[in-house]
Amino acid sequence: MTNYLDFERPLAEIEGKAEELRAMARQNEEMDIEAEAAALDKKAADMLKDLYKSLTPWRKCQVARHPDRPHCKDYIDALFTEYTPLAGDRNFADDHAVMGGLARFDGRPVVVIGHEKGNDTKSRIERNFGMARPEGYRKAVRLMDMADKFGLPVMTLVDTPGAYPGKGAEERGQSEAIARATEKCLQLKVPLISVIIGEGGSGGAVAFATANRVAMLEHSVYSVISPEGCASILWKDAEKMREAAEALRLTAQDLHKLGVIDRIIAEPMGGAHRDRTTTIETVGDALRTMLADLGSQKGAKLLADRRKKFLDMGAKGLAA
Amino acid sequence: MNWITNYVRPRINSIFSRREVPENLWSKCDECGTMLFHRELKDNLNVCTSCGHHMAITPRDRFKALFDGGIFTEVDVPEPLADPLQFRDQKKYPDRMKAALKQTGEKEAMLVAAGEIGRTPIVAAAQDFSFMGGSMGMYVGNAIIAAAQEAVKLKRPLVLFSAAGGARMQEGILSLMQMPRTTVAVQMLKEANLPYIVVLTHPTTGGVTASYAMLGDVQIAEPNALICFAGPRVIEQTIREKLPEGFQRAEYLLDHGMLDRVTPRTQLRDELITIVRMLLGLSPAIKGDLPAPTPADTSDAPTPST
Ligand SMILES: [Zn+2]
Repeated sequence: MTNYLDFERPLAEIEGKAEELRAMARQNEEMDIEAEAAALDKKAADMLKDLYKSLTPWRKCQVARHPDRPHCKDYIDALFTEYTPLAGDRNFADDHAVMGGLARFDGRPVVVIGHEKGNDTKSRIERNFGMARPEGYRKAVRLMDMADKFGLPVMTLVDTPGAYPGKGAEERGQSEAIARATEKCLQLKVPLISVIIGEGGSGGAVAFATANRVAMLEHSVYSVISPEGCASILWKDAEKMREAAEALRLTAQDLHKLGVIDRIIAEPMGGAHRDRTTTIETVGDALRTMLADLGSQKGAKLLADRRKKFLDMGAKGLAA
Repeated sequence: MNWITNYVRPRINSIFSRREVPENLWSKCDECGTMLFHRELKDNLNVCTSCGHHMAITPRDRFKALFDGGIFTEVDVPEPLADPLQFRDQKKYPDRMKAALKQTGEKEAMLVAAGEIGRTPIVAAAQDFSFMGGSMGMYVGNAIIAAAQEAVKLKRPLVLFSAAGGARMQEGILSLMQMPRTTVAVQMLKEANLPYIVVLTHPTTGGVTASYAMLGDVQIAEPNALICFAGPRVIEQTIREKLPEGFQRAEYLLDHGMLDRVTPRTQLRDELITIVRMLLGLSPAIKGDLPAPTPADTSDAPTPST
């Protein structure tokens, strides 16, 4: 079953009709529907292409949040070998919204860290919908320290609506935890590579994405605040999220123009969720290229370049 | 530069600015409702003389009270690109900026200065909540970087007073990028072994708390300051329960191990002098008000202002 987004409704109807025809034909061998079904398929493919050709920023947010989009765990399972999860912040708990550990990428040992949203009700709740608590950032800091000590590159996969707005999270120093994770990113003498695979939500994303190279999937988003949050503050109406998404310039394309990200990773036609395997492979290729770029550089240079990259950021604006 | 400009002009300025406050003006404490003499309130650094409630204070007024003789020299902050995203909500961003400028008389939400406290040279930065909620955009990022660079150049500690609703949404992702940028600034200080003291004032929230405002060697807060990442309203909506009394206030954070101290504004100056001098390995300071520094101390500094 396909999960359709609201703007894909006309597409759902056509694809539904084609499916219905084929189901009928399976029960009645006399029926010849292939020509008609093929025409519907063609119409659906054209419509898909048309819809995705120029997604509005708000539609990109919807695609970035699509429940069938590949998540951190999918990438780790497919692209890494010998993944050995390492748990806990050694202070309070293990945060299941953040997964990470040792793994091999093309045979090379690395540390991989990412937000995991979960893929059904049970795992979503367990993963807290990818919203990390302080323990998640502190676990990441611990893993980055280990990577630094043993000279392993760090790869982060960012996919979070943001930090968890909870009582305990605040009491246990959410702000400090995020600040320390960003600080740690800026202290590493190993390559730090980040891919925003879905939602790059505010401080919770920065904590992992203060990297030498930051790539974004074509329809992923990265923003200081959610369009709904921005709309309710600036428009005093959360329903103005379309306008807010537009104004915030949160798409991979705009962020690339601004020099905030280094590379855009193309998604299959109709978004990552329509062809998960291809998406994952393309992300793997991008990680490979970025690692090759950085892999042989000296630690001190990696660190200095990373700091300079962020210090210099903002010199480039966007023309309307 | 003529030393007279350094020494005399600020004093004259401060006499004029005093005259601007009419003697007979009263204002009401928003906490206890007591009517307070404007002058009396100002002399008490905007802390209610009746209940101790800390009202907002502008960076300029704070610096006048902080630095010896009320003298400081402003540190230049590189101008960022104006309105980099061409942001427009119900108003255009440049219009919001103009309104803030008109209302505060300041050009942005942070003031950086160099001067002496208890004869101890420091660099200080203070965020201005009255300027678009003190929000952190490119300018505030530039200001913190400039403050750190100045401190490193002059080998002085940096004292930073934070006050912000968070990131400046009108600068979108570029406001978010101030989290790593200001963190690099803090690292410059740490690598130069210079003290970085943060004073969190009401309110300090969002991305500001989750970057430079939580990375101090010593973390001090003013009483009852709201300090958080996610605000209480957002949390109440998420968890659907009432939050405990004093949640996310300075004293609550102190209890939860997130701060070193909660110190009333009227005692802050002495405390900062004490801490900074110990961290720098200097002898104890002479307490109390000190006259303005001798001309020789500031002769290499740029044009002062108050
Ligand atoms: Zn009062």
